[in-house]
Formats: sequence, structure tokens, C-alpha cells
Amino acid sequence: MPQVTLTVNGKAHTVEVEGRTLLVELLREQLRLTGTHVGCDTSQCGACVVHVDGDSVKSCTLLAVQADGCKITTIEGLAKPDGTLHPMQEAFREYHALQCGFCTPGMVMSAIDLVKKHPAGLSEKEIREGLEGNLCRCTGYHNIVKAIAAAQDVMHGRRSELARAAE
Amino acid sequence: MNVVTPFEGIGASVRRKEDLRFLSGRGQYTDDISRPGQAHAYLLRSPHAHARILSVDTAAAKAMPGVVAVFTSADMAGLGGIPCGWQIHNKDGSPMAEPVHPVLATGKVRHVGDPVAVVVAESRAQAKDAAEAILVEYEVLPAAVDMEAALAPGAPALHDTAPGNLCYDWQIGDKAITDAAFAGAHKVVKFETTNNRLVPNAMEPRAAIGDYDTTSGDYTLYTTSQNPHVIRLLMGAFVLQIPEAKLRVVAPDVGGGFGSKIYHYAEEAIVTWAAGKLHRPVKWTCERTESFMSDAHGRDHVTRCQLALDAQGKFLGLRVQTHANMGAYLSTFAPCVPTYLYATLLSGVYAIPTIHAEVKAVFTSTVPVDAYRGAGRPEATYLLERLVDVAAAETGIDKVELRRRNFIPTDAFPYQTPVALQYDSGNYFATLDQALETSGWTGFEARRAEAAAQGKLRGIGISTYLEACGIAPSAVVGSLGARAGLYEVGTIRVHPTGSVTVLTGSHSHGQGHETTFAQLVADRLGVPIAQVDVVHGDTAKVPFGMGTYGSRSLAVGGSAMFKAMDKIIAKGKKIAAHLMEASVEDIEFDRGTFRVAGTDRSKALAEISLAAYVPHNFPHDELEPGLDETAFYDPKNFTYPGGCHIAEVEIDSETGRVTVVQFTAVDDIGRVINPMIVEGQVQGGVAQGIGQALLEHAVYDSAGQLLSGSMMDYTMPRADDLPPVGVATHATLCTHNPLGVKGCGEVGAIGSPPAVMNAVVDALRDYGVRHIEMPATPAKIWNIINAGRRPMAAE
Amino acid sequence: MYDFAYHKPATIADAVKILSADPDARAIAGGQTLLPALKHRLNRPPAVVDLSGIAELRGVKRDGNKLTIGALTRHVDVANSPEVQAAIPALAKMAGSIGDIQVRNRGTMGGSVANNDPAADYPAAVLGLNATVVTDKRRIAADDFFQGMFTTALEPGELLVAVEFPIPEKAGYAKMRNPASRYVMAGVFVAKTAGGVRVVVNGAGPGVFRQSEMEKALTANWSADAVAGVKQSAEGLNGDIHGSAEYRAHLVTVMAKRAVAEAG
Repeated sequence: MPQVTLTVNGKAHTVEVEGRTLLVELLREQLRLTGTHVGCDTSQCGACVVHVDGDSVKSCTLLAVQADGCKITTIEGLAKPDGTLHPMQEAFREYHALQCGFCTPGMVMSAIDLVKKHPAGLSEKEIREGLEGNLCRCTGYHNIVKAIAAAQDVMHGRRSELARAAE
Repeated sequence: MNVVTPFEGIGASVRRKEDLRFLSGRGQYTDDISRPGQAHAYLLRSPHAHARILSVDTAAAKAMPGVVAVFTSADMAGLGGIPCGWQIHNKDGSPMAEPVHPVLATGKVRHVGDPVAVVVAESRAQAKDAAEAILVEYEVLPAAVDMEAALAPGAPALHDTAPGNLCYDWQIGDKAITDAAFAGAHKVVKFETTNNRLVPNAMEPRAAIGDYDTTSGDYTLYTTSQNPHVIRLLMGAFVLQIPEAKLRVVAPDVGGGFGSKIYHYAEEAIVTWAAGKLHRPVKWTCERTESFMSDAHGRDHVTRCQLALDAQGKFLGLRVQTHANMGAYLSTFAPCVPTYLYATLLSGVYAIPTIHAEVKAVFTSTVPVDAYRGAGRPEATYLLERLVDVAAAETGIDKVELRRRNFIPTDAFPYQTPVALQYDSGNYFATLDQALETSGWTGFEARRAEAAAQGKLRGIGISTYLEACGIAPSAVVGSLGARAGLYEVGTIRVHPTGSVTVLTGSHSHGQGHETTFAQLVADRLGVPIAQVDVVHGDTAKVPFGMGTYGSRSLAVGGSAMFKAMDKIIAKGKKIAAHLMEASVEDIEFDRGTFRVAGTDRSKALAEISLAAYVPHNFPHDELEPGLDETAFYDPKNFTYPGGCHIAEVEIDSETGRVTVVQFTAVDDIGRVINPMIVEGQVQGGVAQGIGQALLEHAVYDSAGQLLSGSMMDYTMPRADDLPPVGVATHATLCTHNPLGVKGCGEVGAIGSPPAVMNAVVDALRDYGVRHIEMPATPAKIWNIINAGRRPMAAE
Repeated sequence: MYDFAYHKPATIADAVKILSADPDARAIAGGQTLLPALKHRLNRPPAVVDLSGIAELRGVKRDGNKLTIGALTRHVDVANSPEVQAAIPALAKMAGSIGDIQVRNRGTMGGSVANNDPAADYPAAVLGLNATVVTDKRRIAADDFFQGMFTTALEPGELLVAVEFPIPEKAGYAKMRNPASRYVMAGVFVAKTAGGVRVVVNGAGPGVFRQSEMEKALTANWSADAVAGVKQSAEGLNGDIHGSAEYRAHLVTVMAKRAVAEAG
């Protein structure tokens, strides 16, 4: 059986897998990191998005063996050890950008990659287009878009903290 | 210490308590649970829509690596069928046809996806590998896919016990009075439409784990359910014959439901039964493509209707004939959806003196159809709101004016409709006016002209809707065929030091109950929400419950909690009276403080609870120690949210693509507990409504194959398919529940489809369009535009 | 997914050796098309050969009037490449419109071109720009490379190494996406090249094809108006629940107009 060595959330693992084992199966079933979800089987829903060497990737569409030697970050690895949330996690909470929570890990991982790759900032339209690979059935995306718009200012240092729109 | 900030009580947009675990990847959904020694189940499903099973040979599969067992229906001979929870009666009083729904297909398969065998193996992949080695010999039979074809004489019969594939032929309202109203009408508007079949597609696929304790004989089922107690009742009593005391059902974090996770599904019974057989846990997780052929679908009505009007445009009467698709078997609630959740809503927000509705429910070789967000009410609302627009066009009366002319007057509540319901409150004029103003209705023609200058067709559409939710009361639904009560259960457990655990029979799968329910407690008992823990979803912890659907959690479940708090306060007053040596009648309670009226003597709730659990000084003669109260709340009526949705669309006339550019919702959902959560619920519902109007459609071919059988062909709304959704509320309070709440989970999905479709038809007004069926896909719109161009080109 | 033997060669020669030894073995680049197919058990390769260890297959090089893109270059790298953006902006834009961000972070040019999915984007650019497909054995002109649905001139064991794009005078691409899958329902790539005008249709038919009437019209008059009157025949085009062949044929003209406008 192939052996895979990878770093997940800063911790090195060496795991035996089948050739056909998907990265998401390795994460969920072997490492018991169940925050990464599987919501479809056609690579569309994005519930399984993780970061592989800094890029958002659908872990259901990547063999575990393809991730050999890679650095993986999952939803469990975002918050600081003291529990401080990543600004994107904080923004999702502040803007009620999640309901059932199932798509949320993938949505947050995609959103972080989207924002990081656009240091000049994203418009509402660009955020919506940037979420093409993530489905949410609960929120209608309205608050997800707002949360990402707010988080980008914090992530790029334009604001020190989230400012929730006046209600 | 126990200080509740004003930001935590009723009316505050409290950030959700549950979010931290979801945002950290620490939610625990059914598939996240791994039981020691668990095996994995995979179901072999029928590739045919209708076929006789001639033989099933499992020998090769049993010999495959990792296989623990292979079961077919022959192995489950002693089990009951999957029960249906509602019985409808025909016009002649006879009960509906109710064919057996076996756990695994027995003798015949009746839809693509009907499970034929189950493989249990050490891994999911091995179970799937082995399922391919099962040899099933089928005699393929002609399918009955389309409802009209299924009802036609000589159609292939799906069930021996359902002649003509008819489940029931039901009616409501007075035919003679309605006929008379039509006879005297100035104008009759006729309209036909199909309410498109949908696939709910909650993002979490269904999953179930069966576990069996060989020492105690206890079964545990972990399942993706909206109502674990109902599953325990249905599966335990009807399918597996396991008494409640020996069966625990846990619905942990559940990733969305929208109705599809109400029902008792075969897979739940299979893993529970197999765990008992094999003495090890058995886990099953649905793949998405499998969900398309095994989760109950929604909607799927074909309706003809006629509206009678007088010369002033006042509605005189309504006739409706609907065919409703049940699919191949009766799912748990299916029969009540097109009857008591649909036809009773046909009066909508209008004073219609008489209505007669007839509904035929039809068996077809398709996946069972049941309640999906809104359930019957979106179908009724869509019919009525499109019909009113058609009537406006045909009478020449402005569509807003025609609605106003026929609204139930605000002083007419309680209002008795001709189709059984009595509305308790509402103000349809207020929500209409507010929506018209917010949407910039009067300025629309300028926006239309501006869009036209850029080659875009712009349209605006309105929908003034009403729904009945908070589904209840038991006595009424019982007389209408429900085989269960529809109350809810709430326990308030005040701990010795004053923190509170709430046990509720409602189930949260995205609705934020852990927060909203904590706010109810904070507001009334004065306990900070950080010290209120809400427990749900486990039959071993919560006394009983009917679960969450039909926007009932706050109206029914929240009211049960309110009643339990009544009991807490009543008992607390007695303890306080004893401690402060006052008369009970003199004790007042306000947000955590018991006070002797007119004095400065008071006790905090925590002091009372401490005395209740450390009863050194306690009125033992009249009270038991402890401060833990349970209430069952059975409401007097449905609740009746209503409101107005306005959609504005733009159509690319070259491609036919429709874009919703603006959406305004003004909803009367009664008292609002957490405005942030309410807005989110409405936005999510509107997204599903726009999905139904523009994108989503479960399409079968004539052989019964689901053409839109995966997300590659079934269009799920994405972020860039949707507009920002503006949400406002305008409350009239529910008059019969203690909270004054009505429910908000479904209004978005109910009000929005006709608003969008009315806008699409409006945008195409120059093309001679009277009606367009949902979904308004680019290809469909282009066909209309293209057809409209041809005669113009010939001129 | 069925299990398979996994190989990760470090050189083109080693990859070709494994692929030649077993005609049913499949090369995997980004895997964004192959893995979904394998997950649905549509395919049962005994071996999967991971090309990601072969460094020479990666990267974008400009050489005079020619842009060479390695087979393993990801869509995101093509989209963000300053060389591609400067030389053939339409190609960079196309790459940035393939699938979603996560697909673009894994999917590769070579994978897309070798797979030749009729609803894929890149084949339209390769054919539209009169590119040359470079394999470990030979150079194949785009006109000879694409041979209908999922079929190319590649022989068993032959490995696509790079695609060479001559830099056009101008080029543009427009597409209508399938609402559900977001693959191309009908797309048109137009280019004004040294060798003449080329118009290529993807998504609408069983494979990419050149639209010669539109090429003629644009040769005579490079403007959106010139193609507006050219009708695409619906014969042989795809029809499904998302749109008939007639609708796709209509979209070809619409997308051609938009592609020309895009090209400028």
C-alpha cells in the first residue's frame, strides 16, 4: 500500500493509504479531522475545500497520494492555539453567514483563499463569482458575501476589527 | 450576577451560540461519528423504473473481500413496511389506497433507486465493490412516469392495491355554491400550470448508524433527522417492533433538512436491524447522486383552475383541480401535502366567498414526493398569485389594485375561509404598502426604459402571500387523518445555582434554536444566555418531541418552553413566598427576581433554585424539591404569516438568461425574537424560491430515468445566481400562542416563486406571453423570444 | 472508485514507459476530470500515472512570436501569467474562467487538451489559435489533433508535453455556461492570426469545430456585425434538458458576436 507523508495543520503524519484513497477520506477517516465535509460526488459543492500548499483545493478531487509531501490546512487549523478565530471565521459569526454549518468549513477555506489572492479587494460581484465552487443551501449566500466583504478589510489590514453594518 | 443585558432578550440580534463549533470544524454530524468496530453498508439500487425481480444471486458478493453480510428482502421477511403518517379519505368517504412500502424491494422495483439489496463490509469501498457482484435478474415492465399517463386507462399498474395508480380522489369546499357563483360571474379566468418537481438537496447527505448493545439489548440509531422521536415511534413500532425503552434515536448536528429529513427512510431501519443481526455497528452514508434517487422530492403538481370575478374585479369563486404526484410509495407525510397543506390555503390573502378544490394523488414510477420547504403552501401561493396576475391582465385592472380590492380587510380577523382555515391576524395592506415603497415600485418604468436602452428586458413582479404554519392542533389534524399528535414538548431545568438546561422536542438543523430558545429563557427568567444550554435531538435526553418542520419550532416548541417557564415561575413563587414569609399572591416575578409586591424584599432565581435543591428550609408539605418542569403545548390553531415579495428581473434577450436584480421581502411573521436569524431564514427561503423559479427541475424521461440526477444536471443556486435579498418585517401578533410568534422558516420559499415568475412574464409582455412554466431557464425564455420574433419578422 | 496501482515517475521517459506498457493505464495531471469519472466508476484503469513529479512539464515560456505552455501548467498559472496576459490576453482570460477557483488550482492545460471534452474550454483556444500540440514523440497541428468527442490524435502511451501557441494579432472568447454543471454549453473563440482568421465553436457540438462561414465573414470584415448574420446549422449539435440543438446553434452566433467584441 502506498505511504503518504504530509503536514496537516502543522503536524506531520505518515499514513498508509490505498491508491484510490481521496485526501478527504484520509483527513476524515484516518486522521479523524471531520470538520472537512463531503456534500456531493461531482466536485461541485466545495464542502471539502482545504488548503494544499496555500491553494484552496477540493479534497474530494485529490488522491491522498497526490498530497504526498504537501502542507495541508483544514478548518480545524485556522484558529490560533488560544482559540482566537481567524478573521474570516469571526466575520462568518458576526454576519450570520452560516446556518446548518455543513458547507461552512469549505466556504470559509475558499473565502480565505479568495481574499488572500486579491489583495486589492473584491467587489460584491467578484465575491459572488469567486464562490462558484461552493454551494450553500441555507443562507442564500447574502450574509456569506457580506462576511467576506468585511473580513477582507481585516485580513488586508485596512481595518483592525470587523465593523458590522449599522442595523 | 445574573444580569441579562437588553441585547440578549427578545428582539436582539444575538450572535449564535452554535457557531463556534461549526466554524471550528467541531460540529458533529452523523457521518462524523465513528462507532468502534463499525461496518459499512451500501445499498444496491434498481436501475429500472418498474420491473419484476426474478432472482437475486448474492453468492459472489458474499465471497468478496471484506464482506460481512449481504441481505435482501427475503432476509427481512418479519419486518413491517415503512409506515405513512397521514390517511386521506376519498370523496366517497373510503380511505386512500395505501400500498405496502417494503424496506427492501419485494417482488418488484417501482422507481430507479428502489433498494434491492444491502451489502455490509469492513469498508465503504468494499461494500460498493461487492454490490457490483450481486446478480439481479429483472423483467423490465413499462413505467408510469407522467401523472396523466399513470391515470390513463390501461396504464401500467404499480401496486395491486392501488387500481388505476390512484392514491385518492379528494375534495374540499362546496361544489354547488361554487358552481352557482360561477354561473353569476361577469368574467371567468382560466389558468393551468405545473409546479415543478424539486430535489431538496440539503448540503449534508443523509446518513445513519445503527448500534446494538448485546448486553442490554438496546438499539441506538444515529440519523440525519428533523424529528428523532418520530423516527423512534415509526421505526420502532411499525417496522422493527422495538419498544421505545429499548430504542434510542439521536439526531446530532444535522446539515439542513428543508423537509427531506422529516421522513422515516428505509436506510434507518436497515442499519438498525443489521446492527442487531451482526452485533456490530453498521454505518451508511448517502452519496449525492444516490440522494437524487432516494431522498423524497418536492412539489410536482399539475393544476387547472378557474376564477370567477364580478364587473368590479371582486373575486366571486375559485375552482381548482390538481393532480399531485406521490411517486412510487407514500412517504411519511406525503398524502397531507396536496390536501391539508395546499387546498386549505387556496383562499390566500383574499376574501373569496366560495372555493371548491379537487385533488387526485397519483402513484408513478418515480422517487416518493413529500413535503419540501413550504410543502403545499408554495404550490397554492404560486397558483393563486400567477392566477391573480393573469386575471389582472385579462380584466385590465392594475395588478396591485386587483389585489387590494380583494384582500381580507384588516378588521375582518378572525377570518373564516371557505376552505376550513380560520386566520387569526394579519394586515396585508401594510406589508404590501411597505414592499411597494421599499422596492421603488412606482419608479419601475424608468428602470425598465433604462434597461431597454441597454438591450435588456426588465420586469417587475409582486406576490402577496399567506401561509399556515406551526402545524397543529392535534385534535384538528387527527380529524383530518394525521396519525400523530402535533404538539411539542419543552422542559426547563433550573439547576441549583441558577443556570438552565432546556430540553426541547424541536430539532435545529440550521435554524439557530440554541440561540433563539436561550433568548426566550433569558428574556423571561433573566438568566444570561451563556448560562442557558439547549438540548435537542436525542430521545434519551429529551422527554418527547414532534420535531421541526412547517415553521413550527418557535410557535409550538417555543410556546411549550413558555408554558414550562410558567410552571417554573409558579413553583418559584411558592418557594419564594415560603422563604420570605409572604403570601404567594403577593409574589411578583420579573426577569429573574421574585419580589414581595410593594416591598424591597426579593429573592433571585438562583436563590430560589438553591432552596429547591438544598431544601433545608422548604415547604415540603405542599411542594416537592427541585425546579424542573415539563410542558406539552398543543396549540389552538395554525399560525398565519403573510406578506409581500417583489422581484425585479432583467433578461438578456439574446441568450434568454434571467437575472434577478432586486428582491424585496416584507413579511409578517408575528413577534421577532432574533432579527438576524429571521433575516437569514427569509434570505435562505427566497434563494430556494428563486431556485424553483429559475433554475431547479427534477426531470424524468419516459422510461423513468432521472435526467437531472446529479448536480451536473440539477441546477443548484450558486452565489452568482442570486441577488442580495432585502428583508423587512411588519408584525401583527399571533393571537393564540403566548409568544405572539408565527414562524419564518418557509415564508421565503412560499412568497418568492410567483414574484419572480410574475416579473419574468412582465419583462416579456411585448412578446404576447400569458404564462411561463417554472423554471424559466435560458433556453425556455429564448424559445419564447424567438417564437415572438418570427411573426414580427414576417410582417 | 476501483483501486489501482499508483505510479509517480520523475521523468517523461519513465512516464511513457509505464503508459506504453499498459494501454489501459491512465495519466493523471490535475485530476479534475479524471477523478470525478473514476469516483463514479465510469473507468477502471489498472494503473494511474501521476505526472506531477515531472518538473519539465510545467511553466510558460515566450519565445519570439510563440508562447509555449507546459502540459502540467495549471489554469490558475495560465490565468495569472504576465507573459500570457501580455501575449494572448484572451487565453489568460479563458483560463481564469475554467471551472471554479479550486478546479483552476489543480486542473492543467495538458489534462484538458488531452481529454478533449466537448464542453471544455482549452480545446477551443488550441484550435482557434492554430496551436501545435507537442508530445514526447512528435508535433501535431491543432487541426489534426482534435478528432471528436473525447478523442484526439494521441496514441496509446503518447504523452502530451506542451502546447505552442503562435501569438495572434487579436483574439476573443465568449461562452454560455450550462447552468448546472457550468461547463460550456456553447462557446466561440475567434482569432486574427498570421495564417488568417479562425473561428472555433466548443460546447455546442460533439467536439470543437471550426466555423468556416464565420471565418469568411470576419476575414472580409472583422466586426461583430459581420458574424451577426451568420447562422450556425443546428444539425449535429447537442440537445439536452438544458437546451435544444437549435438553441445552441443560436448561441453560437451570439457568442461569436461577443467574442469578436471582446477581441476588439
